Amino acid sequence: MTQVIAKSTGTQTKALSILFVAIVGAGIVFFSGHAQSAALHDAAHDMRHATGFPCH
Amino acid sequence: MFKRMLAGGLIAGFGAGLFAAVLHFAFVQELILHAELYETGELVHFDTHAVGDESEAVSHDGHDHSHGDADGADTSALTRNVMTVLFTGLIYAGYGLILAAAYQVAGLFGRQISLQQGILWGIAGFACFQLAPAMGLAPELPGTTAADITLRQIWWLGTVLATGAGLALIGYGRSLPFVVGGAVLLALPHVIGAPVLDEFHGIAPPELAGEFSARVLGVGLAVWALLGWLTARFAAPEAA
Repeated sequence: MTQVIAKSTGTQTKALSILFVAIVGAGIVFFSGHAQSAALHDAAHDMRHATGFPCH
Repeated sequence: MFKRMLAGGLIAGFGAGLFAAVLHFAFVQELILHAELYETGELVHFDTHAVGDESEAVSHDGHDHSHGDADGADTSALTRNVMTVLFTGLIYAGYGLILAAAYQVAGLFGRQISLQQGILWGIAGFACFQLAPAMGLAPELPGTTAADITLRQIWWLGTVLATGAGLALIGYGRSLPFVVGGAVLLALPHVIGAPVLDEFHGIAPPELAGEFSARVLGVGLAVWALLGWLTARFAAPEAA
């Protein structure tokens, strides 16, 4: 019983940390690839064109 | 496990991003600069009229093409290129983290990711994030007039998600219905169709645009294959 609980908590922690890393990664991709603020757009401009993001 | 995923994903991402920056300046940047000569009117390919409609050319949806860096007006080439290297590293760091998280999900299902499988995962990532979106929205040269940016971003995101889910179902599904479902997901964004304009407004020569799209995809494939390998090397779940 204790073991089962320990195992499921372990999986939960794992799942949470996976979710966290995935969200950070997606956040970075959104921020550098899609965010439309002018300064960000200008700085990321060439990279956006060169990696196929819809740019402007 | 958390540290390995986070640090490994970042290391793999920045490593691949550095490679991407080298390939960018070897193959892609010259075409961007060339296209900007057409964007600013310094070079003229043909007298541009909208093809297919005699009415006034489509409005630019309020977006402004006079952004500083793109035209090289108020920033030096050095600053501009440093920014490009920085953001190329950053975008692939983001991809590296997503890939590292995906490897851990595979690990939860009892799958080990070998270095060779990492390369396949990388190519699948390329298909999700670059190839599939490019089939509806070809990589754009500067100066390209296209449909509303928000609509294109929504289609882009939907395509990435559908392609990723579709490839996962095909790659790891255990029976025919999974594979069929995966194929449907792969096809769906292209059946719906990307938001496009009714007319063509290209100002740069089609040869330039074609070369640009091909090089962008070629560079993307190479970088993603490396990213998949690096992420498997530095962030794949360790054998239990």
